[in-house]
Amino acid sequence: MMASSYNAKDEDGHHSGSVSHGGAGTAKSKKPDNTAFKQQRLPAWQPILTAGTVLPAFFVIGLIFIPIGIGLYVTSNNIKEFEIDYTGVNVDSPCYTCANNFSWNSTTSCSCTVNFTLEQPFENNVYMYYGLSNFYQNHRRYVKSRDDRQLNGDATALKDPSNDCEPYRKIGVETIAPCGAIANSLFNDSLELYYVEPSGALNAVPLAKKGIAWWTDRNVKFRNPAGVDLPTAFKGTAKPVNWRKPVYELDPSDPDNNGFINEDFIVWMRTAALPTFRKLYRIIHKNQSSTSTLPSGRYVLNITYNYPVLSFDGRKRMILSTISWMGGKNPFLGIAYITVGSICFFLGVVLLIIHHKYDTRSNSADIPN
Amino acid sequence: MLSRPSLLLCEKKKEERKVKANDREYNEKFQYASNCIMTSKYNMLTFLPVNLFEQFQEVANTYFLFLLILQLIPQISSLSWFTTIVPLALVLSITAVKDATDDYFRHRSDNQVNNHQSQVLIRGSLQKERWMNVRVGDIIKLENNQSVVADLLLLSSSEPHGLCYIETAELDGETNVKVRQSVSVPAELGDPNNLATFNGEVVCEPPNNKLDRFCGTLYWRDKKYPLTNQNMLLRGCVLRNTEACYGLVIFAGPDTKLMQNSGRTKFKRTSIDRLMNTLVLWIFGFLVCMGVILAVGNAVWEKEVGSLFQSYLPWDPPVDNFLFSAFLSFWSYVIILNTVVPISLYVSVEVIRLGHSYFINWDRQMFCSQCNTAAEARTTTLNEELGQVEYVFSDKTGTLTQNIMSFNKCSINGQAYGKGTSREKNTLDFTPFNPLANPDFCFYDEKLLESVKVGDWHSHEYFRLLSLCHTVMSEEKSEGELVYKAQSPDEGALVKAARNFGFVFRSRTPGTITTTELGRTVTYSLLAILDFNNIRKRMSVIVRNPAGRIRLYCKGADTVLLERLHPCNQELMTITSDHLNEYAADGLRTLALAYRDVSEEEWEVWSESHRSADKAVDCREDRLAAAYDKIEQDMMLLGATAIEDKLQEGVSETIALLSLANIKVWVLTGDKQETAVNIGYSCKMLTDDMMEVFTISGRTVQSVRQELGSASFPGNGFREGQEGDGVAGDDQLQGSPCPLPPTYLMDNISGEFGLIINGHSLAHALEADMEVEFVSTACACKAVICCRVTPLQKAQVVELIKKHKKAVTLAIGDGANDVSMIKSAHIGVGISGQEGIQAVLASDYSFAQFRFLQRLLLVHGRWSYLRMCRFLCYFFYKNFAFTMVHFWFGFFCGFSAQTVYDQFFITLYNIVYTSLPVLAMGIFDQDVPDHRSLECPKLYEPGQLNLLFNKKEFFICIAQGIYTSVVLFFMPYAVLSNATQSTGVPLADYQTFAATTATALVIVVSVQIALDTGFWTVINHVFVWGSLGLYFTIMLALHSQTLFRIFPKQFHFVGCAQSTLLQPVVWLTIALATAICIVPVLAFRFLKLDLKPQLSDTVRTHLRKPAESRLGARGGSRSGYAFAHQEGFGELITSGKNMRLSSLGLASFASRHSSSWIETLRRKNTPPKEPCSSFL
Repeated sequence: MMASSYNAKDEDGHHSGSVSHGGAGTAKSKKPDNTAFKQQRLPAWQPILTAGTVLPAFFVIGLIFIPIGIGLYVTSNNIKEFEIDYTGVNVDSPCYTCANNFSWNSTTSCSCTVNFTLEQPFENNVYMYYGLSNFYQNHRRYVKSRDDRQLNGDATALKDPSNDCEPYRKIGVETIAPCGAIANSLFNDSLELYYVEPSGALNAVPLAKKGIAWWTDRNVKFRNPAGVDLPTAFKGTAKPVNWRKPVYELDPSDPDNNGFINEDFIVWMRTAALPTFRKLYRIIHKNQSSTSTLPSGRYVLNITYNYPVLSFDGRKRMILSTISWMGGKNPFLGIAYITVGSICFFLGVVLLIIHHKYDTRSNSADIPN
Repeated sequence: MLSRPSLLLCEKKKEERKVKANDREYNEKFQYASNCIMTSKYNMLTFLPVNLFEQFQEVANTYFLFLLILQLIPQISSLSWFTTIVPLALVLSITAVKDATDDYFRHRSDNQVNNHQSQVLIRGSLQKERWMNVRVGDIIKLENNQSVVADLLLLSSSEPHGLCYIETAELDGETNVKVRQSVSVPAELGDPNNLATFNGEVVCEPPNNKLDRFCGTLYWRDKKYPLTNQNMLLRGCVLRNTEACYGLVIFAGPDTKLMQNSGRTKFKRTSIDRLMNTLVLWIFGFLVCMGVILAVGNAVWEKEVGSLFQSYLPWDPPVDNFLFSAFLSFWSYVIILNTVVPISLYVSVEVIRLGHSYFINWDRQMFCSQCNTAAEARTTTLNEELGQVEYVFSDKTGTLTQNIMSFNKCSINGQAYGKGTSREKNTLDFTPFNPLANPDFCFYDEKLLESVKVGDWHSHEYFRLLSLCHTVMSEEKSEGELVYKAQSPDEGALVKAARNFGFVFRSRTPGTITTTELGRTVTYSLLAILDFNNIRKRMSVIVRNPAGRIRLYCKGADTVLLERLHPCNQELMTITSDHLNEYAADGLRTLALAYRDVSEEEWEVWSESHRSADKAVDCREDRLAAAYDKIEQDMMLLGATAIEDKLQEGVSETIALLSLANIKVWVLTGDKQETAVNIGYSCKMLTDDMMEVFTISGRTVQSVRQELGSASFPGNGFREGQEGDGVAGDDQLQGSPCPLPPTYLMDNISGEFGLIINGHSLAHALEADMEVEFVSTACACKAVICCRVTPLQKAQVVELIKKHKKAVTLAIGDGANDVSMIKSAHIGVGISGQEGIQAVLASDYSFAQFRFLQRLLLVHGRWSYLRMCRFLCYFFYKNFAFTMVHFWFGFFCGFSAQTVYDQFFITLYNIVYTSLPVLAMGIFDQDVPDHRSLECPKLYEPGQLNLLFNKKEFFICIAQGIYTSVVLFFMPYAVLSNATQSTGVPLADYQTFAATTATALVIVVSVQIALDTGFWTVINHVFVWGSLGLYFTIMLALHSQTLFRIFPKQFHFVGCAQSTLLQPVVWLTIALATAICIVPVLAFRFLKLDLKPQLSDTVRTHLRKPAESRLGARGGSRSGYAFAHQEGFGELITSGKNMRLSSLGLASFASRHSSSWIETLRRKNTPPKEPCSSFL
């Protein structure tokens, strides 16, 4: 690490002479270059936190943040959101039976119906979410338990998925497609929404199942393995343990929505950051007619209850929400902006007072020698 | 003290070394080292394993290797392997490249040395041989001005009496020529033919590093000859004034004393280093705590939730209960949280220091154009310590002074001449008047020349004295080309002055002195030299002029000389004393000159008494002194000389500036007390404004204790009157807590006293029972001068202060006698370009002039400290802000050690996204411009008090980091958990969350560095904006479809960047988080600046009127005298031993007291009480 404390130059006798050693042999000045960089004289901007810069900054931040906050708050308040928990924890809740009599082996599905009323009509596109609570999609072992190569349609990975998928990698000799804990725990409740006409008739609300996933996920990240058709492509693979049907039969109604590119599947595979999360389930597109997308009134939510969450004290919700430019209902952001803006403004005032009252700089301007 | 171990070694039969001359076969049996020198560490093959082995001896590297191994366990691995291996590999390879370059240069210099040519006597003939092929037992021929190949036993020399002259500058830094003599008997081995058959055997001590000791025996022809250091020529010396000599190689290559002395220097660490290491340990403790908390959390979670969640997420196979899972999760968290102390910390610190070192090397204002030497930072590890120095220990000769004496003023017969040195006045031109004049000589008063020209008797006698009364040797290579070899520079200056004024000393023999007096050659017969010594403080010569008159010429310290004058001189004496005082007040070294006519009878009587005293067996010295004393009486005063011991340029300004910066300067010198005090005054260390200057020169424990006691007494008494200074003292105490209450009291009174302590008193003062007292007294004094100190004592003084004051010490020196102090001080500075290179080799910084010290400390040191502190504060902050987010996330992900960020972000955060701006700040930041910190030395104080980075500052940074991490996690958490894109897709998916947090983090720390950076150069702009740009570019690239298609598994964040960065909510979140993180900091800093501005802030805001220079007042009346040479040379001259036979012409007298003078010289050269005055 340290320089050798002994070298040839030292023994030659003419130490520290003006003749430079080993160089071109000419007596050349060792005077360092007179460049601004080497002499540390680079032109520089030297900002100082003076009252003239800091105090206006506080007021400006305040003046920017408060209007933004108000705007956000108002926008957020205009968004309509409806949320209903259908887990079936209580005895009197409609899904209590389904929730408590769940068994993984049952071949018949259990259904339950939840009635609810929308006080206000929902305009424009309405988005339908399912929400899960206490579900740790962000657990390290869960997050990594997937094989993106397999999901990208890689043939070798389909047959021999990554070890990350353990213990949902193989059943016997057959590999699981899609492998891993995330895929295995795919949310498979089906929700159907009916509008109860004033007449009492049930009017099914059209739920679009396309366009709920990220474009890149649908078009880049997830791809079906090559093959004549999906069953051939997935030949030799097993369905995940918890699934009732293989991956290529996820959406019987739309052949393009099957296999790894099934959007419900893709949405599920995009793991949530927090244990309480919601995922987009369906979109209720705006009617062409002038009526609201979801007029106020009574609705029936038909649930095919396949997904047990009670065992780990989880909760399931169905959420309906409209959307603005800033997304869904989010009162926090507006409030936070208003608060921070006000604090900045207030701080500015306080600092201004302090500055005027206790300013010592004019007294101590002289540099003590 | 030194002699004992080597004597013991000598007595040990087993460890002795046997060397037989001209017998390689015999010598090979012992397998002595050859003369090949290898300072390099690696070769091609061994580089990789050895270097890696060395690198992994660093705790940090091993730690990261350990983490890497942990990550290979799939159950633990919370990060991919590359997040650790990339930085580690980067660090290892950077270090390896650096080591390899260093080693390459070592190889090159080794080769250069090893391939020098030397003449070896092989089978009776001289052959050219490379240095590396020289073997122990070979006989080597050396010629004038060649450097010595290996440690040689001098066998014969071309000079009479087997003498040869060497310069030992490389070894000990002393440039004066030293004498060596060959072993007495083989001196007859004059020519190579005899030497070829020489087969003596040397038995001596094994290799050691003691430069001034050698003991051994030469066995030849059944006789034993004792060998001492006087017979040795050591490697590194240079042969001077000797045509040729032959030597027997005793030690070669690595066994030579030079190489034994160039051992690896102690690895120095800065206090910031030590603090950093402590903090890193604390952080590790903190890391373990966090790990434990999260592991406990994991246990609880796995028990309460995880075990129930198993239908969706079963435990990994080896995990069968929550406790084992918690154990694994502990290690997982250790891995992901280890970034609180990233490996890049150490690398960045190294890079910053390297940058600072380059700035030192590049500084034109520390370049000395006379000697073409730039400042050099020889170690790159100490820069910031330069900003914390409290004590400077300085050597005198060659460091404060140029070691050049110039005849500056004189007083002849009551008439003062000389106007001092000034560039406005014209120097006298001697050439028309005196062809032998030396053009280098400068004098500024034409009156003196006039008086010589008109034939003023006193002026003539004055210069005659100067041309006769000295021990200078002359060498006249061709007519008129005179070279004087003076033992002391003072004498040289005087003789040179006489020469220019027409009294040219031409040559001398043991009995005569030949001069040219105003063009006329005169030969005086030299009757006696009454040599100089420390007690006599004078020297005289007794000469008989061609007319036959005997006259004694005497020069000496005024104190001694003036009391020996004839009473009739009273009036002249008063005038001359006034002049002397005047000169002394100017810091000049003075000598008084006098003569006395001696009658023939008186001479007869005296020379008889002198001869008997000379021959006396016991008390020879005393009797000689008494004899001298007898004749040096009733002298007639001629005048006085004033010699300027030229201070280096800007020394007094520098010392004044340093003391204004609260740095205490101690002068440690081997010089005499008078000289040292003189210099103390002339460089304004000591001033007449001082309350008192204590002198401690006692020779016994009691007297030293008493003197110390009396010195500290008035100090204590004075304390009450110094209330104003008490505040400063208190401040200082906080910075360097002193364990000793007396010292605390003493600190309060600093500034008004000076202390001068002698070497022999220092020996007592440094003993354990008195050192506390000494330290407290000495630290109470503003200036401390230790004179007559040995190199060892220099080091002891430094160690003492290190031990008792916990202050940063800096030692500056130029000679080998300073090496020990340079090595023991926190920072060693070597003055390069003057004397030997030994001090420079041992130093950490070197430059050519003392005055550069102010720039090194007040500018470079201060900046380095500031930059390093700012760097460390920010670095710890940014890593806590980065890492602690994982901790908070742990509570929401089942304590599963899931990272918040993308793996690539974790890998690149420290080495790409945030490294360059902070590096730029650490390298380029300036709070005030350089001239400001020189104008306002008080700016140096924060470093001494360690204000900018200490434990408190560290905790503030950590707290800020943790606060930031809280904001960075919980703001996205609060906003995103319910937010959706404008397409309705929720934003709370893991990847969006990761991207948002990461972006917010990068922006927040960038804003923070922008706030911290006080000096925005182009580079800072490029780095700050570039890092931000780079972050987004890399993020978009990593999340791109192309990379995903190639490596779907690694780049599964595909599309995340576009999707996230297009969301207004994400940007609103980032802006919110940034505001919440930065606004409090901004408010806090503004308040601090507004209410309690630091001095640097004030200076920064008011960059206006330049401060006027503040130099101390002129001194009053003091007296000092010049005589720096050693005694013994008079004897050397009269014995004629150092004269060349050729120039002498007569060989007859040589036999008289053959080797007795050498004995005397040897005895005097290494006086038992002061082993320092001359090493060899």
